[in-house]
Formats: sequence, C-alpha cells, structure tokens
Amino acid sequence: MQEFDVINGNKAAAIAAALVNPDVIAAYPITPQTPVVEYLTQFAADGVLKSSMSEVESELSAMSVLTGASLAGARTFTATSSQGLSLMYEPYFRASTLRLPIVMAIVNREMISPQTVWGGPQDSISVRDAGWLQIYVEDNQEILDMIIQAYKIAENKDVLLPINICYDGFYLSHMTEKVFIPEQEKVAKFIGKYNPEHIILDPKRPMAVDPLTNGDLLMEYRYKHLKSQQNALKVIDETDSEFEYLFGRSYGGLIEEYRMEDAEIAILVMGSLTGAAKEAVDIKRKKGVKIGLIKVRALRPFPKERIIKALGKIRAFGVVDRNVSFGWNTGVVYQEVKSALYESGKIVPSVPFVGGLGGEDITVKMMIESIDKINSIEKNHNTVWLTRE
Amino acid sequence: MPSAIVNEYFRTKKLPQIWCPGCGHGIITRAITVALDKSNLNRDKICIVSGIGCSSRATGYLDFDTLHTTHGRAIAFATGIKLAKPELTVIVITGDGDCTAIGGNHLIHACRRNIDITAIVFNNNIYGMTGGQYSPTTPKYDKGTTAPYGNIDKSFDIPGLAAAAGATYVARATAYHANLLISLIQKGINNKGFSLIEAISDCPTYYGRKNKKGDAVDMLEWQKKYAINVTAASKMPPESLKGKFIIGEFKNTTEPEYTDEYQKIIDNIGKE
Repeated sequence: MQEFDVINGNKAAAIAAALVNPDVIAAYPITPQTPVVEYLTQFAADGVLKSSMSEVESELSAMSVLTGASLAGARTFTATSSQGLSLMYEPYFRASTLRLPIVMAIVNREMISPQTVWGGPQDSISVRDAGWLQIYVEDNQEILDMIIQAYKIAENKDVLLPINICYDGFYLSHMTEKVFIPEQEKVAKFIGKYNPEHIILDPKRPMAVDPLTNGDLLMEYRYKHLKSQQNALKVIDETDSEFEYLFGRSYGGLIEEYRMEDAEIAILVMGSLTGAAKEAVDIKRKKGVKIGLIKVRALRPFPKERIIKALGKIRAFGVVDRNVSFGWNTGVVYQEVKSALYESGKIVPSVPFVGGLGGEDITVKMMIESIDKINSIEKNHNTVWLTRE
Repeated sequence: MPSAIVNEYFRTKKLPQIWCPGCGHGIITRAITVALDKSNLNRDKICIVSGIGCSSRATGYLDFDTLHTTHGRAIAFATGIKLAKPELTVIVITGDGDCTAIGGNHLIHACRRNIDITAIVFNNNIYGMTGGQYSPTTPKYDKGTTAPYGNIDKSFDIPGLAAAAGATYVARATAYHANLLISLIQKGINNKGFSLIEAISDCPTYYGRKNKKGDAVDMLEWQKKYAINVTAASKMPPESLKGKFIIGEFKNTTEPEYTDEYQKIIDNIGKE
C-alpha cells in the first residue's frame, strides 16, 4: 500500500519535486506559491532533496537560471504565480523555443489590477501561446501525480517542451487533502534519466546556442515546435495510462469525461472548480437531466479531437471559465472549445459562463443554475456572469 | 483616538493597519508624515509610490495621492511620475526585498540619474509579507524560512550601494531613532536629486522569532544599543565599531538633477 499524508497543494507540489530530485531548483517567493519554496529549501537543508536549490532575486532570474541549468543538461524545477510569471515572460517564452523540458508549477493567482492575491488561472492562461505545455488540475493528488508525469511528458523525444502544471491558488495551494505519496524508486523508474541530445552545452560536441537566425530557419523551428505540441497530445494520454499501470491512478489524459456516456448536454470546466461542477451534475442527474461533464486538463496542446468526440452526441453545452478573454467577451476555454467544434462541422448551441475571478467562490448552486441554463438554450447565448447574490 | 498627525495624514477609515504587533513600520510611516508636515509642501503636489511587501502597504493608509505598484518597480513608476510632472514631490516607500532584490536595477539607475525622488527603504531584514524568507539584507548566517540552517549570501549595505551608484543624499536611521529619522527624511525631501534613507525596522514575527532576537522591545533596544552616529563613529577606532552599525547622514552633495538636465537640453535646442 502506498503511504499517504494529509497535506496542502503546495506541499504536494514540493513533495513531487523532491521525489523527482531535479538537479537544479531556482525560485522566488510569491503569494500563494511561497510555501513551495519553503518546503523545498527545508527538504534540501534536511538532505531529503539532493538538488542545488537557490532562492534567487526575482522570477526573471529564476527562469534564466533554469535555462542555463537545463542547457547544461540538468533536470530542473520551479514554481511561481501571477505577477511572478509575468516578470518571467522573457525567459519563459525562450525556454520553450529553445526546447528545454523545464517543469514549472503555476500556483494560479488572478492578475492585477486591481491589486489581488487570490486564486484564478488568468496568469497562466494569458501565456498559453508561449509554446509551453499546460495542464490544469483539480485536486492535491493530481498536483503531485502530474508533476511527476510532467517530466516524462516534457522529456519525451517526440515532445521536448517545457511544461506547466497549473493549480488554483488557495483553493488547492492552501487546502489540505489526503494525498498518496509514491515510492521514490518507483518514480525514478517511471521518469527514467534525462539525456539531452537536441540542445546541450557539451565540450565534446560544441554548440552555439541561439545565434542570430533568419526567418527561413526560424519558420522551420516554429513548424517543428507546433508539430511537437501535436505529438504531446498522444504522449499525455499514453503517460496517463503508464502512470495508472504503475501507481493505480488515472486522470483521463488530455480530458476527463464524467457521466458523458449517455449525456445530452455537457458542462465544461477546468481546474479546482471541477469539484463543484461534478456535484451539480450528480444532483441534476438524480432529477433526470442527462448532463455530463468534461474536465479540460490540457489547454496546450488543446485536445481538439477528444473534445469533438466527447461532444459528438450532445445538443447543447456550456463552459464555465474562471478567466476572461479580453476582446471576446467570454472566457478563454469557451473560445477554444468552439474553435475545436467548428472543425467537426457539428455546431450546437452553447453558452459561456464567467465566474470565480479574483478568487470568488463558484458554488454548487451556481453550477446547478448554469446546467439549467445550458438545458434551456436553443441557440447561442451571451456570456452569463456568475456573481454573488 | 488617533493623534493629530495621524488624523491629518492617514486614511483613518483604513486603520488599524495590517502590520504585526511590534512591527517598526508604523513608526517609520508616521515619521514620513511628520517630515512631510514639517516640510510645508503643497499636499496636492506630493505623490507617494510603493512597491510590494510589508512596507509597501503604507500607501494604502496615507492620505495623499498614492500608487501601490508591482514588486520591485516602485522607483520605476515614480520615475515616470516625476518625468511627467517634475513639479511634484515624489516619495517612494519600499522595502529591502522590493528595493534591493527584485527591484535592485531600478534603484541603482535612479541613483545614477540623480532624479529628484526620495526613497525610504523600510529594512526589516526579511521578506515579511510572504512569511519570512531571507532577503538581500538578511545578515549572513541568519535564518529565514528558505534558509533553515542559515543564509550564505552576503547582505547589502543599502546606503553604501546608493552612494556608490550616485545618489546625492544618503542616510540611515532606525525605528528607535524616530526623531533622527524624521530630520533625515526631511533633508532628503529638500535635496534636489535622488535621496535614499534607509529606515531600519524590526520584524519580531518572522526575522526576530526565527533568529531569537526577542520581542519587539528587545529588537528596538538592540537598535538603540548597537547604532552609532556617523559623527561619533568617525572618531572611534575601527575595532570598537565591531558589531555596531552606523546611523546618520552619509552623503549630502549637490549635483545636476535629471529632470533639470532634461529641461536644459530642451531649452538649448529651442535657442538654436
């Protein structure tokens, strides 16, 4: 039997990183990520974690340090939130275009202004097109399991891209849940060794990293980068199955389908608010409403085919977004789902919901009301804002 | 009842403030308002800018035009304000982390330009707002939550850094030496150029507890006991200064100020 502990999301993330034992960790404290840095330094100080661990002077430094470390062949880890991620943007984009399989947890926090520290994935969602893989999780067990899986996905030779495991600030980062902790030897076996060949500062094989490059070659880089994102679709699903085989837990890979088998309508969600949505689905199911749920786990790459397949038989759907897409008057996931469906040729009525911004609660009642709305529409509906009464 | 100075210069509806019991930041914030009161400035021509951290919460309580910015950027935002409206008195409230870690680059370049901004650095030797991680002014071998067995980084001497980078007014006082602090801030505001006043605060909650420095009173008494005035220090042999730290005015020079120089260029080109 696996060991378990009752821990918060940040500790789950730190334990996952410690189980992986990356060579270099560099991070800068920011609410609500700070305890991740504290746990990791404590583990390093106690000798549990063998990594070189540095509290650098800013997030800009953290990602730059990891870029250097990764180029030198190291396995790396960091975590940040919100403004820290924005400050990191320059080396963030470059880590993906240099094809460095860095693993970074993003403890999702709303973006300012107004000044806020509360939860919401606006931070990582706003950088979804910077070339990283992004996976959003629902609970603390999933944080731990996905940080471990992240190394296997990112370092896969068909992928070689950095990856974010995103979890909601406070709702997960500071809430305690029962979490199973796998054995370190099993984790080591699962992720294997990182042997970079594509980009490496190795005196035996000198390489000029990133000289000035013309557009023709840059386009080739982008072409391959896009292709690797598509390769990741398969790798994420396969890694989930391999993980299940070894550790007994599965998340469905790119998406999780919940009571979708005979569903006529669907609600799509992402992140920690999935729990409230699942409860609402159960309540409505008892009343005879054939509602199903899709938890979008991978935002990048976007799981187009699986979404199309999962929504194949439904007559209406809604997406609850804890974020906004400025310029679209909806959330981001809604637009992504709609784009995917357009390619299927099957267009059904839909409704976007926006709520939970700045850490606001999204209640089961709100989810039930959202399901009622989805059930009632006959054509596309304008954005519904889920607000306090 | 709040005192007259608090009533006049604080957003009293926002009080009590967020700082922990015994934190020196309240004393320092009050010192700033007293210095401004004594400076006889038009209050509508004062802008106070802060970054992120315990210190930077001060702008929320001060009844002036205030701007709470992002981590490390207070001096950069303040530079923008001063460039747009050179007639304003621009004050920056920042902390050791905000000013010398994540925002260190802005600090040295503001010093170098000698732009007319007065920065008051609340130094509590720790990242207080996030709960006690070591900062660039945590003394070497002292502990933080991210340095459970001691910090191996050398700490910054903030006034030394500012003076070397070109600030024209540089001074240091402590929460204990509040009267001295008030006069130094006042002189900093009067200086036409970049002024930096380091205000040594005390953090009994994180830095103090982690490093067994006693309670708030013990920490203020430490400030009293180990601070030596710069004039007295200049007459003392170096060995007797061991373990002590120096307070007072370190640099007070007159050099061309950035917005003045900028205007001069415009005026000169206009003449041609």
